[in-house]
Amino acid sequence: MDFFHVLVVLLESTIRVSVPLIFAALAGLFTERAGIFDIGLEGKMLGAAFAAGAVAAVTQSVWMGLLAAILISIALSLVHGYASITQRGNQIVSGVAINFIVAGSTVILGEAWFRQGGRTPALGEGARFQTITFPYADSIREIPILGPIYSDLLSGHFILTYVAFAMVPISWWILYRTRFGLRLRAVGENPGAVDTAGISVIWMRYRAVICCGILCGFAGAYLSLAMTAGFVKGMTAGKGYIALAALIFAKWRPFNIMLACLLFGFLDALAIRLQGNPLPLIGQVPVQLMQALPYILTVILLAGFIGKAIPPKAGGVPYVKER
Amino acid sequence: MSTPYAKLPGWAEYGLIPLINLAVAFLVAGLVVLLVGENPLEAAYHLINGAFGRGEYLGFTLYYATTFIFTGLAVAVAFHAGLFNIGGEGQAYVGGIGVALACLWLDQTMPWFVVFPLAILGSAFFGAAWAFLPGWLQAKRGSHIVITTIMFNFIASSLMVYLLTRVLKPLGSMSPQTRTFAEGGQLPKLDWLLAIFGLDIGTAPFNVSFLLALVAAFCVWLLIWRTKLGYEMRTMGHSPSAARYAGMSESRITVITMMISGALAGMMALNPIMGEQGRMQLDFVQGAGFVGIAVALMGRSHPAGIIPAAVLFGMLYQGGAEISFEMPSISRDMIVIIQGLVILFAGALENMFRPAIARLFAMQSRRAAVVAQTKGA
Repeated sequence: MDFFHVLVVLLESTIRVSVPLIFAALAGLFTERAGIFDIGLEGKMLGAAFAAGAVAAVTQSVWMGLLAAILISIALSLVHGYASITQRGNQIVSGVAINFIVAGSTVILGEAWFRQGGRTPALGEGARFQTITFPYADSIREIPILGPIYSDLLSGHFILTYVAFAMVPISWWILYRTRFGLRLRAVGENPGAVDTAGISVIWMRYRAVICCGILCGFAGAYLSLAMTAGFVKGMTAGKGYIALAALIFAKWRPFNIMLACLLFGFLDALAIRLQGNPLPLIGQVPVQLMQALPYILTVILLAGFIGKAIPPKAGGVPYVKER
Repeated sequence: MSTPYAKLPGWAEYGLIPLINLAVAFLVAGLVVLLVGENPLEAAYHLINGAFGRGEYLGFTLYYATTFIFTGLAVAVAFHAGLFNIGGEGQAYVGGIGVALACLWLDQTMPWFVVFPLAILGSAFFGAAWAFLPGWLQAKRGSHIVITTIMFNFIASSLMVYLLTRVLKPLGSMSPQTRTFAEGGQLPKLDWLLAIFGLDIGTAPFNVSFLLALVAAFCVWLLIWRTKLGYEMRTMGHSPSAARYAGMSESRITVITMMISGALAGMMALNPIMGEQGRMQLDFVQGAGFVGIAVALMGRSHPAGIIPAAVLFGMLYQGGAEISFEMPSISRDMIVIIQGLVILFAGALENMFRPAIARLFAMQSRRAAVVAQTKGA
C-alpha cells in the first residue's frame, strides 16, 4: 500500500507541473500548425505570469489577473505575428527577441512598481485560484485504490488544471473538425493553395497567433495565480522550451501533446522525488540526468530513432503573395 | 522567389539601416526607462560614462566585448551557411571543459604561453564536439538545427552541473567549481595596450584573449570570403539547391560549419576562465551565447561589423552595471531588454524601414536623372 501511496503523490505532482506545459504546448500547436515557428512560448508565458501577478495584486481579483495575462500574451503574440507575418522577418529571431524583452522588462517593471526584488506582492485568498474539492472526496478516501484516485488524484486541483485537460479535446476538435482548423492546418502545409481558394493567408496566420496568445496567457496565469501566490522573476525557468520539446515529441498532435507533457512532467516530479534516494537495481541516478532527459528524448526523437517527427511543411517560411 | 526588396547602395545597406534599427531599439528602451520613472538621457549619460569614462571602465567594456566577439563570430559563421546556431551558450559552456582540463593539467608546471595554446585547442575541440551532433543530425537525419541546439543548451547545462558538482570539484570543497589555477593557468592582462593611450586598467580583467578574438575575426573573414569552403558555405546559405546543383556536399558543409561555429563559441570560455576568474565556475557563460545572436545580427555577420557590435554590447554590459549603481530602479536587467530590442529591430524587423528608405533613394536617383537629362539637353 505504501508504494501505491507514493505513486498517487507522484502522479498528483505530475499533473500539477504538467498543466503549464500542456497550455503552452497547445499554444505552440496552433501557431506551428499555421506555419509559424514559435520559440517565444517561454517569453509569452513569463509575460503573462507577470501581468497576472501584478494585476491580481492590484485589483485583488483573480479573474482580472487572468484577463490581463491573456491580453499581454496576445499582445506579445501579435508582435511576433507582425514581425514574422507582415514584415516576413526571421521567426526564430523574433521569438528569441521576445524571450529577452520579456525576461528583462518583467524584472524592471516589477521592481519599479512593487519594489520587492522583481516579485509581485504575495496574493491573498481572493486574488488567486483555489483548489476545488470534489463532492464526498473526504468520505471516499478510505476506500482502497479508488478512494485515493478519486480524492487525491482527480479532486483537489485548480480550475485551470481542469481547463488545461479540457483544452486538449477542444483543440483537437477545433483543428480537425472545424473549417477554421482545416484552413489553419492548410496554411501551414501549403499556403499557396489556401490563397488560391480565396482565403487570406495573412489573416489566417494572425488568428493562429492570437489563439497561441490566449493559451500562453492561461499557462502564465496558472504559474503565478495557482501554482504559487504571485510572480517571481524568471519563474517559467525553461518551461516554454520544455513545452516546445513536448510539442515536437508529440509530432504536432493534440492528444500526443497531453501524453508528452505528462511524461515530461512525470520526469520532473520523479527527479524531485529521487533526489538522494537510490533506485532499486540501477542505484543512484544523477538528478541532472533526469532533468536533461526530456531534452535528450526530444533530440533522439527528432533524429528519427523513435518514429519520425515531420513538422508542418511551410513552417518557418513567410508567405509572399505572388505579384 | 525573387527578393521582394529593391537593392540599396552598400553604405545604406550596411551602415544606414543597422543604425536606424539600432536607434529605434534604443528609443524603445528609453520609453521603458520613462515608464519606470527615470530620465532616459541621464541613463544614457551613465551608460556611456560607465563604459568609457575611465581606463578601468574601458577595460571592463573590452573584456565583455572579447567574449561577444567570439560568440558573435560563432553565430555569424553559421548564418553564412544558412544555419541558425542558437546553441552558442551550450557550446561555450562545454568549451570550458577544454580550458579547465588544460589548466588543471599544466598550470603548476608550465608558463601561461604554453598552457594558452593548449587551452585554445581544448576549448575549440570541446565546443566543436558539442556542435558536431546537432550539425550531423541536421545533415544526416534531417532534424531541425534550431530545436536540437536549444535542447543541447539544456543538456549542456545539466552536464556541466554534474561535472562541476561531482567530477571537477576538488575534494572537500563545497562550492561547484574547479580549484583556482596557479600562475600558468591565468592570462596576463593587456594593461600595456591601454597604457599606450595613457589609461590605467585598474582591476579590469582585459586580457590576452582579446587579441585572440581579433585574430579569430580576421580568420573568419579569410574563411568566408577567401577560401573554397567559405564560398561553398555562402552558396549553400543563399541557395541550397544551387549548391547541390554545383556538386557541393550539403551534409559535409553543414557539419563542418557547425563545428567551426562551435569551436568559436567554445573559445569564448578562455576569456572568463583563464582571463578573469582563474577557475571554472557554474554558469560562467552568463548568456553570452545569446548575446552573440544580437551581435551577429547587428554586425550583419561580417567580422568588420561584429567587432564594433561586440564593443557596443560590452558597453551595455559594463555601462549597465554603472547605471544600476547610480539609478537603483534600473537594474542590470535593462541590458536584457535592450538586447532583446536590438534582436527584434535589427533581426526580425530588419526590413521595417527598408521600403521607406528605398523609396527615398529611388526619388533621389530619379531627381538626379532628371537633372542630368536637362543638363545634357
